[in-house]
Amino acid sequence: MLNAILVMAGIGLALGGILGWAAIRFRVQEDPLVDKIDAILPQTQCGQCGYAGCRPYAEAIAKGEADINLCPPGGEDGIKRLAELLGVDPKPLGEGLESKPKSVAVIDEDACIGCTLCIQACPVDAIVGAAKQMHTILPDQCTGCELCVAPCPVDCIHMEVVKEDLNTWKWRYPIFHMKKVP
Amino acid sequence: MERQPRKLFHFHGGVRLDEHKAESNASPIRPMPLLARYVVPLRQHIGTPARALVCVGDTVLRGQVIGAAEGYVSTAVHAPTSGRVTAIEPRAVPHPSGLYDLAVVIEADGEDRAVDPRPLDWPHMDPSALRNRIREMGLAGLGGAVFPSYIKLNPGAPREGAGAIHTLILNGAECEPWITCDDRLMRERAGEVLQGARIMAHMLGVRRILVGVETNKPEALAALRQAADEVTEIVAVPARYPGGGGKQLTYTLTGVEVPAGGLSTDVGIQVFNVGTAYGLYRAVVQGEPLVSRIVTVTGHVARPGNYEARIGTCIHDLLAAAGGCLEGANGEIVGGPMMGFELMDRDAPVTKAVNCVIVKSPVLFPPKPEALPCFRCGACAQACPVQLQPFEMYWYSRTRDFGKAQAYKLFDCIECGCCSYVCPSHIPLVDFFRFAKSEIWERERENQAADQARARHEFRTFRLEREKQEKAEKFAKAAAAAKAKAAAGDPADPEAAKKKAILDAALARAAKAKEEMAAAGIAPKNVDNLPPRVEKEIAEIETRRARVPHPGQEDPHD
Repeated sequence: MLNAILVMAGIGLALGGILGWAAIRFRVQEDPLVDKIDAILPQTQCGQCGYAGCRPYAEAIAKGEADINLCPPGGEDGIKRLAELLGVDPKPLGEGLESKPKSVAVIDEDACIGCTLCIQACPVDAIVGAAKQMHTILPDQCTGCELCVAPCPVDCIHMEVVKEDLNTWKWRYPIFHMKKVP
Repeated sequence: MERQPRKLFHFHGGVRLDEHKAESNASPIRPMPLLARYVVPLRQHIGTPARALVCVGDTVLRGQVIGAAEGYVSTAVHAPTSGRVTAIEPRAVPHPSGLYDLAVVIEADGEDRAVDPRPLDWPHMDPSALRNRIREMGLAGLGGAVFPSYIKLNPGAPREGAGAIHTLILNGAECEPWITCDDRLMRERAGEVLQGARIMAHMLGVRRILVGVETNKPEALAALRQAADEVTEIVAVPARYPGGGGKQLTYTLTGVEVPAGGLSTDVGIQVFNVGTAYGLYRAVVQGEPLVSRIVTVTGHVARPGNYEARIGTCIHDLLAAAGGCLEGANGEIVGGPMMGFELMDRDAPVTKAVNCVIVKSPVLFPPKPEALPCFRCGACAQACPVQLQPFEMYWYSRTRDFGKAQAYKLFDCIECGCCSYVCPSHIPLVDFFRFAKSEIWERERENQAADQARARHEFRTFRLEREKQEKAEKFAKAAAAAKAKAAAGDPADPEAAKKKAILDAALARAAKAKEEMAAAGIAPKNVDNLPPRVEKEIAEIETRRARVPHPGQEDPHD
């Protein structure tokens, strides 16, 4: 009797040990929720959500501190995808926030005094220039966050809506007449 | 030499269409008169647009490169005649969007002088040099896809799991209704077409050429057979749309299916349009770059037919050459009625991709009846040559559920339009697939931009942190060095010691002078006749000074 108990307990302990070791040894690195949320956010780093960038906002959503409808550049589509990921209902964009067409900042190079304030403000290093040298924006890298507009002491930065060209043109949603069935 | 008739294979689906070929294939290819102005877009091929090499005011010759190939997937663009560049600006181009694109406008001088043709000694040329020359000659697929030909002519290293290329297929099927430019080309210039094919076979290192032509072109078949040699086999394929699709023709001729998402080269087959073969012949044997192509003008025009138009010919000039549109014309289609698109602006020029312009009339192209809801009859799935299920893809594209649409292999759709054609509810299915594809590409672009922005932001954050740390370290180091210096009195610095000696000597001299003056009873003149306010201030300062310990003395308060 005692032998049987000891044998069974021994087997149990050995198997438990193996399982425990395997759980540590072969642990699958789960993609944390923050990364998944961050992957949906548009990475404009504009701070319109009230956080210091996309990553902090993603962290706040993951912790349940922030709502999913605070990101205007992500738009309706972004909210829908966040809702899908988190298993909640999509909702309209938060109060006071509006979705704008994609724009890029443009520096009026004749007016620029080379103060570097916009360079310090740009969250994605999309402005090149040096002190007392003219600055210019790399339009391909600009996320349209507008953070450089306010610091400019001579108001020489404005936002321009990105025009559609043959590279970015899309087929429109087909509209056709459906017959009314009486 | 008589051959056994080749066994042909039957691809799934497809539709039989009214051919409407007789309208334009009866008369020979007509040359176009020299025009006063040509508009040559820099983006005429798939890939990166050419980079303009000329400036406004430059004079150019026919065949001169005005746009250089930029990057790998690109090819050059040439001046269609001699003249002066009057503008390089966005102009109307043949595109479904109606958007403008950068083009070089050339005012012809009427002399049509050409650069010296440079025929190539292709059998003895280095393959890579030959391909580069073809890239500079502006060759791109003239069937309508306009993919730069020099890339397709590179046999390359066989991809993993795929053998070397063993067969060249020349596509002369021309399955879309109304279009006859390849038909006339094959009838009139069969020898040149096959000569081009031989150059292609040489470059690819293949020993077998198959030319697929639909049975509705008996004259073209006869002309090709006349010109064929023993490695070239001319095959009549049944006329069934879209039998001229690259993958469909490959299957019909060889029974080999190209894997989903793959290329025909994965199964050792390369496919070119007959027009491209002719263009290659002109480029290599005659040394003339691609500056013209054959365009079918048909439909509701006075003189339908095929025209040899220079690249850059405005479509209104082309229509004028065809005798102009007839009464009641209501728009033009560029390409065929199945896969072509509505022309938005007649100022748009003929590009390498424009094979046909059809003038519409309400009789020839009656408006589509009103649509009814999909009742899942499956007619579209039966017609689909790629064996997809268009009704499912339609459902998901319509509700913008693009992930599901992709799961139903949206990207294997060749947009042939068979599904829309057979749909008893008249639903424009293929329009939804185009919409869904471009939405998915857009999302892809956005994701890439977001990834880039994330990486740049993360690096910036890291850089700022690093700079802060570096600054702090530098300060700490400087402070430590200063402290050490003060503690050591720094005997190592002879310069500082010298300065200190000079200073001490000066102070000693001043003190001595003051003492001497006091001994002689001379008071300093700068304290004479002071106002009481200043005297009071001096007294205050003197009392304060008395409280402050002098250097070298012990602090009395300690």
